[in-house]
Amino acid sequence: MTVMEQRGAYRPTPPPAWQPRTDPAPLLPDAEPYRVLGTGAAEKVDPELLRLLYAELVRGRRYNTQATALTKQGRLAVYPSSTGQEACEIAAALALEERDWLFPSYRDTLAVVARGLDPASALTLLRGDWHTGYDPREHRIAPLSTPLATQLPHAVGLAHAARLKGDGVVALAMVGDGGTSEGDFHEALNFAAVWQAPVVFLVQNNGFAISVPLAKQTAAPSLAHKAVGYGMPGRLVDGNDAAAMHEVLSEAVARAREGGGPTLVEAVTYRMEAHTNADDATRYRQDTDVDAWRDHDPILLMERELTERGLLDDDMKRQVGDDAEAMAADLREHMNQEPVLDPMDLFTHVYAEQTSQLREQAAQLRAELEVASEEAEEEAR
Amino acid sequence: MTTVAAKPATKPANKPATMAQALGRALRDSMAEDPSVHVLGEDVGALGGVFRVTDGLAAEFGEDRCTDTPLAEAGILGTAVGMAMYGLRPVVEMQFDAFAYPAFEQLISHVARMRNRTRGAMPLPITVRVPYGGGIGGVEHHSDSSEAYYIATPGLHVVTPATVSDAYGLLRASIASDDPVVFLEPKRLYWSKADWNPEAPQTVEPIGRAVVRRPGRSATLITYGPSVPVCLEAAEAARAEGWDLEVVDLRSLVPFDDETVAASVRRTGRAVVVHESGGFGGPGGEIAARVTERCFHHLEAPVLRVAGFDIPYPPPMLEKHHLPGVDRILDAVARLQWEADS
Repeated sequence: MTVMEQRGAYRPTPPPAWQPRTDPAPLLPDAEPYRVLGTGAAEKVDPELLRLLYAELVRGRRYNTQATALTKQGRLAVYPSSTGQEACEIAAALALEERDWLFPSYRDTLAVVARGLDPASALTLLRGDWHTGYDPREHRIAPLSTPLATQLPHAVGLAHAARLKGDGVVALAMVGDGGTSEGDFHEALNFAAVWQAPVVFLVQNNGFAISVPLAKQTAAPSLAHKAVGYGMPGRLVDGNDAAAMHEVLSEAVARAREGGGPTLVEAVTYRMEAHTNADDATRYRQDTDVDAWRDHDPILLMERELTERGLLDDDMKRQVGDDAEAMAADLREHMNQEPVLDPMDLFTHVYAEQTSQLREQAAQLRAELEVASEEAEEEAR
Repeated sequence: MTTVAAKPATKPANKPATMAQALGRALRDSMAEDPSVHVLGEDVGALGGVFRVTDGLAAEFGEDRCTDTPLAEAGILGTAVGMAMYGLRPVVEMQFDAFAYPAFEQLISHVARMRNRTRGAMPLPITVRVPYGGGIGGVEHHSDSSEAYYIATPGLHVVTPATVSDAYGLLRASIASDDPVVFLEPKRLYWSKADWNPEAPQTVEPIGRAVVRRPGRSATLITYGPSVPVCLEAAEAARAEGWDLEVVDLRSLVPFDDETVAASVRRTGRAVVVHESGGFGGPGGEIAARVTERCFHHLEAPVLRVAGFDIPYPPPMLEKHHLPGVDRILDAVARLQWEADS
């Protein structure tokens, strides 16, 4: 008989039985990014969808090159190019229904345009003539968010509100790999899972947060793995495979709409250009790294698939190219026009009703403008 | 000023109500009147808030309208932004002044400027309730006066009541506002009582109007929130010294009621600004400058400030030395005899 077995000896009361709150296995992402193009899964995809994705990718690439050129001409204050990431952007827009909402980050202009906003309005923030050039409610597109990950809780709140109203609306929130380190990313995912909000989080893992590579950003097995800790499924997908992106996002959106709760999707992709035109990418990465991704270009992947299956001929290719050119020409023309700005707008939208303090300041600016215009008139005489 | 019809009372009429109860009543009446009003925060549900301001709301309106959230202030305010984008009127509780700091980025980068960045297309009618200030013996991070941060942010209204009836009326007005309001609740006045009859028609003041709490002729005490009762007490005490002090309760820091304040100082010729938060970079400096700009030729003495010291909020056993009290105010009033001293 041991001491512990003696009558009257101290026996600890066992704690209440512990159970995992949810089975983690179904939440875990695939071992490697999900792919459709070049696999048997591609045959099940509607050829029209593949053609549509191709056309949108080409248009998106053209938009990126045009906007980058506009920065060089001083027509845009800045442009964070999404070249190489077009598949993520297009899938984000096309996975949504019209009633759904998109919450983009500053790099997601292309998703905003693919959702139907006119190309020039989407550049308002980056041009610098105002912050948001469209009515978010009209297009169901939140303003492009510059602070990282802060738009994610907005998406959760909106989706939650829509669900309370029974509207069947889904919110898709986009963030980069760097943004997953922010506190708001955590809070948004946690709220979404607790509330079972109809929201889909799309992380575009393009390898770098400005200059910091993913290895210095996170020690997680993958960013999709982070989902498990919140109690939502994580999906790992090839972000350059537009068909895979469309399928995975559409599934996540459908699941959210049916009351299945949030999903975290990590799209593995690569940022082909520098962070913005103001960044020098040669300081933190080798050209050889970039070259390895050129063979995995989203347009190339789609073109190969379509060509091999005889779904794309030269005529169609030319047509798609011409449409993209027309869009670019239109964008150029818009951007080359001098914007008409009203300085008095500075005071118009601070509050619903101007405070007396702002009325005084508005009067001061108005007087300054009048003096300036009188001086200009005199000079002209 | 508008009045709202009486609603069935949750407590017997004519029994003194506390400020906390009046705030709860304002939430309840707003929720009953407008189904888009939602209350969310940590502990606002079953517990009724740590100060019991939200007591009974979850039971009456359900957990979808009065929601216990995960413990995350940025998440609480961030999700409220999305809810407001979808047409709801969220009222969020920050529990304690210093607990609101994690939500600062949401407040400053999004809540305050959503109307502006969308050229008026997307106003955010969010009320952020922040219990603030000291005097309740709270340990560290439970007694900050954070109003200077809020008033420095364009796009926010900043409101703080000092009386039970203003607590009701101003919170109703804040929730009805189409702009975001930081509603600062002076927590040491939560238990102050008044013969406030919730069954009588209530006054709902528009945000942005100061009120003369006590008329006087010889100097103006300009103050707000928790310092209002202290100033009224000081004004009574000053009578013995021959001072007839006017007390102006600002009620709203943004918008600021220059008119009421300047009119008072022009009448009295002397002014002291009184508040709990630190003086350097505090609201008092701004107020003193505005008064000087408007009333220079009426002033018989410099505008003085009685503020908290420029220190992190002290531990509770020392807070009585930090908080502006009657003596410190009377000392400042004595210094207003500028001519005699110079």
